[in-house]
Amino acid sequence: MAEAHPVGFQWVAEAKARGAKLVHVDPRFTRTSAMADKHVHIRAGTDIALLGGLIRHVIENDMWFKEYVTHYTNAAHLVDEGYQDTEDLDGLFSGFDKDTGGYDNATWQYEKDPYEADGIAKDMTLQHPRSVFQILRRHYSRYTPEMVGNVTGIKTEDFLELAELIGKNSGRERTTVMAYALGWTQHSMGSQFIRTAAILQLLLGNMGRPGGGIMALRGHATIQGSSDIPTLFNLLPGYLPFPVAGKHDTLRDYLDDAVPKDQKGFWSNGDAYMVSLLKAWFGDDATEENDFGYQYLPRLTGAHGTYQTLMRMFDKSVDGYFVLGQNPAVGSANGRMQRLGMSNLKWMVVRDFQLIETATWWKEGPEIATGELKTEDIATEVFFMPAANHTEKAGTFTQTQRLVQWRHQAITPPGDARSELEFFYDLGVRLKEKLKDSTDPRDKPLQAMTWDYPVDEHGEPSAEAVLKEINGYYTTGPNAGKPVDNFNQYKADGSTAGGCWIYAGVYAGGINHAANRVPGKDQDEMAHQWAWAWPANRRILYNRASADLDGNPWSERKKLVWWDEEQEVWTGKDVPDFPIKRPPSTKTAHDTHGPDALAGDDPFIMQSDGKGWLFAPKGMNDGPMPTHFEPAESPVTNPLYPQQESPSRVLITSRGNQLAPAGDQPGAEVFPHVFTTYRLTEHQTAGGMSRFLPYLSELQPEMFVEVSQELAAEAGLEPYGWATIASPRGAIEAKVLVTQRMQPVVAGGKTVHQIGMPFHFGVGNQALVTGDSVNDLLGMTLDPNVYIQSAKAVACTIMPGRRPRGPALVKFVEDLREQAGITVLTGHRRLTFERDAETMEVSDPPTLTDPEPHTGE
Amino acid sequence: MARFSVLGWPVFRQAKSKDKLGRGPAVESPKYANMRPRTEDADKVVQSVCPYCAVGCGQRIYVKDDEVIHIEGDPDSPISRGRLCPKGAASEQLVNTPVRQKTILYRRPYGTDWEELDLETAMEMITERFLEARRNHWEDFDEHGSPVNRTMGIASLGGATIDNEENYLIKKLFSAAGAVQIENQARI
Ligand code: SF4
Repeated sequence: MAEAHPVGFQWVAEAKARGAKLVHVDPRFTRTSAMADKHVHIRAGTDIALLGGLIRHVIENDMWFKEYVTHYTNAAHLVDEGYQDTEDLDGLFSGFDKDTGGYDNATWQYEKDPYEADGIAKDMTLQHPRSVFQILRRHYSRYTPEMVGNVTGIKTEDFLELAELIGKNSGRERTTVMAYALGWTQHSMGSQFIRTAAILQLLLGNMGRPGGGIMALRGHATIQGSSDIPTLFNLLPGYLPFPVAGKHDTLRDYLDDAVPKDQKGFWSNGDAYMVSLLKAWFGDDATEENDFGYQYLPRLTGAHGTYQTLMRMFDKSVDGYFVLGQNPAVGSANGRMQRLGMSNLKWMVVRDFQLIETATWWKEGPEIATGELKTEDIATEVFFMPAANHTEKAGTFTQTQRLVQWRHQAITPPGDARSELEFFYDLGVRLKEKLKDSTDPRDKPLQAMTWDYPVDEHGEPSAEAVLKEINGYYTTGPNAGKPVDNFNQYKADGSTAGGCWIYAGVYAGGINHAANRVPGKDQDEMAHQWAWAWPANRRILYNRASADLDGNPWSERKKLVWWDEEQEVWTGKDVPDFPIKRPPSTKTAHDTHGPDALAGDDPFIMQSDGKGWLFAPKGMNDGPMPTHFEPAESPVTNPLYPQQESPSRVLITSRGNQLAPAGDQPGAEVFPHVFTTYRLTEHQTAGGMSRFLPYLSELQPEMFVEVSQELAAEAGLEPYGWATIASPRGAIEAKVLVTQRMQPVVAGGKTVHQIGMPFHFGVGNQALVTGDSVNDLLGMTLDPNVYIQSAKAVACTIMPGRRPRGPALVKFVEDLREQAGITVLTGHRRLTFERDAETMEVSDPPTLTDPEPHTGE
Repeated sequence: MARFSVLGWPVFRQAKSKDKLGRGPAVESPKYANMRPRTEDADKVVQSVCPYCAVGCGQRIYVKDDEVIHIEGDPDSPISRGRLCPKGAASEQLVNTPVRQKTILYRRPYGTDWEELDLETAMEMITERFLEARRNHWEDFDEHGSPVNRTMGIASLGGATIDNEENYLIKKLFSAAGAVQIENQARI
């Protein structure tokens, strides 16, 4: 955090100055570690084992927060009789589908009890063997300190110190916060890493409370905003799922499945959010008779993420590619495949400030040097459209704490540079103009789409008008055209339109609250008048949990939101995240739904049972509880289960995307080390915004590789000399930095060397500083929930000297693959064991059938 | 060279100006006394937000004659309290770096170099190609006969310095056009 979010880290430093203890868990020792009370060296990719060990420790040593866990989480809920755990099935949960790698979650559901108002069977003593609490306890029973050490490489005394610190620092008087970044997300089980942290925080009573929670440290100005108002294939604005063919053929199908009315909590109002979105997009054409234009929306038939789309490029099934302020030739996993994929396009539009590598790969890319691509043979047409930067346009970024902050425009963009707002507005106007007389039903959605935004004298549309549409407004009645004040005013009958329900309120009263700028020193620490946080300007989510069952703060020290007996309302320092007049003693009544069904002790108001989930009966594609598997390529054999890798990981089978053998498999010794990628303070992602700036380039001019003294000695690496680093996908070179900051760890009975490399450099002639790109070494193995690639624990080898040049480089990587006996199917086995049907013993792995190796490339 | 004068002695200056610690007027050079902040010339100051990481530090942008002359931390921000890290502090160069590409460039199929293109021509060409790609890979139904109403011929990948308002228009336009392969750095 000190390296990648330096100014945010000032608050950690402040907390430390006031007595907070800071522990840093990372495969590298960084400036964060230098500031911490303790640094814990961990083997990259083993965080579930560590956090699972902490869960076990907290339960077995009675350090969990009893009242909180019993009433605010689903600990007491009973799970279906058919449920089987990874403990029973050697690493699988019940419901595994061998062919898809996914799960049927029927047996993960709660047991029904018609006598309970919410229909869920419970045991408030938490003793029932099928209670979530007991299931959780058994699931992590083997994650002992010794086992944690064997998996993660963390010494037992370090683990115990950490466990005691966290346990003692949680309860009524104290809270613990966890912060993470891509070190948790970029894995084939990234979502489960974060789930493990959530379980631990719930057990300790650290959610919904000041100084608690799990803090996602987003890497870019508005990563949060790009998920809220998503340019992501599987989402509509406000986390409404994108419609899926077969499942969501009609609006009714969609609503019944995605946002059922008969559930508890605020998702039950999803019909209002969805209909208002359709009204915002299709205006007068969205009527009750035509299901508000629901049929205008396209449908999904599976995953259409960026890596799946890349593979479709090789089939020549993608003609055009818009790349907007992004540099996939350097920033996406498996850079070589990215560039080869782009050579199969008919055309691409690159919008950026600079001639980034994604704009120049056709003449300056590494494949031109190796002879794999020839400029004169590449058919791809490239449009480079210069972009306006943050000073040259107005609009909002949503930062890492959901704070929507408005930027005022300072100057007009130079030359041909335009904002995305203007570019897309203009494109939309042109498309509509060309199709205005069409009678083809395919063109109807574009004809119906509302697209009237006021523009200024330079042609720039008003970002504030767009923000108002996002906020939502009334379409009929006396208030027609006026903005709504909050999402409870959204209606499912077409009388409101709104582009993103969670942002409702940002433009309440016709005022742009994202531009609120009361100086911090003139406000309390919540700073509600600086910008606006979704939802409802609430700064801490689920903050009803900051009070006890009776609605009183858990302690004076940690008070945030409480029930005011006299006024009969929830009140406090933050905007309460609960129906404001609902007393804490309220019980759920039979046959109630939605927000009305929330009991006084249901703080998790978006969950269908009002509780924090220690066990996830739905929502996760790879299991209801996190389970440690080894990374997609790992030199260590999984010490916990016979199942080596996550059986649900998404595999992309292609000659350009081959994987190293794992564990003790023959050939694994060719790629014996693990590398992890990271960010430097002075650069930003793929370098488009930093390697072209003189100051930043001067501060960090060169690609390097961090290795331990032990590995340097073993591999013969000279400090400040060159090293070649290779994976089954490619080979790069970097200057050697020998440092004690990297340390080998002992895990699974082996010494594992870990290597660190920054991911900002790329090959081209335009940037002020260039270098080989570490992402060329990454494979595309994805998390099955969010389709993010695994980038933080990757197999490699390292040797002294520069890499080969020209065609010899291709040959060099081929030879390594051959030496390791790698085929397109290596590492693709979903199950590393099979069960003998007669004895139920673990026996040999199943044989692999050819999964149609990908053509192209 | 000026004639030596005892009056120029630092210790004398210190005594004379009652600058006990020798950190005030006694050590002020004429150069320093005449120095003026770069920001003084600005016509206007605009509140903004750093475009790099998601801490969201406040920035003050100093403008003269429609040009950014300086960017500094906004002390009003309760998040950053006036601080910027090296990236935020260098962001003036994001605007003014000499290597910035300000005009449209075009590479034709099999071309070996860039060509210039005016805005109107480029926008028309992109619009035509958009419609053609949309047609080429249009799908009405999936293999089970469920409606899909989409084109698989167009894809997009955006970075995370794209404003919410921009993402909103991008998602709206692509969805209405039937394009579903719309992605963002948030997935990477
Ligand atoms: S100044 Fe640095 S810490 Fe602050 S938002 Fe910008 S990049 Fe992040």
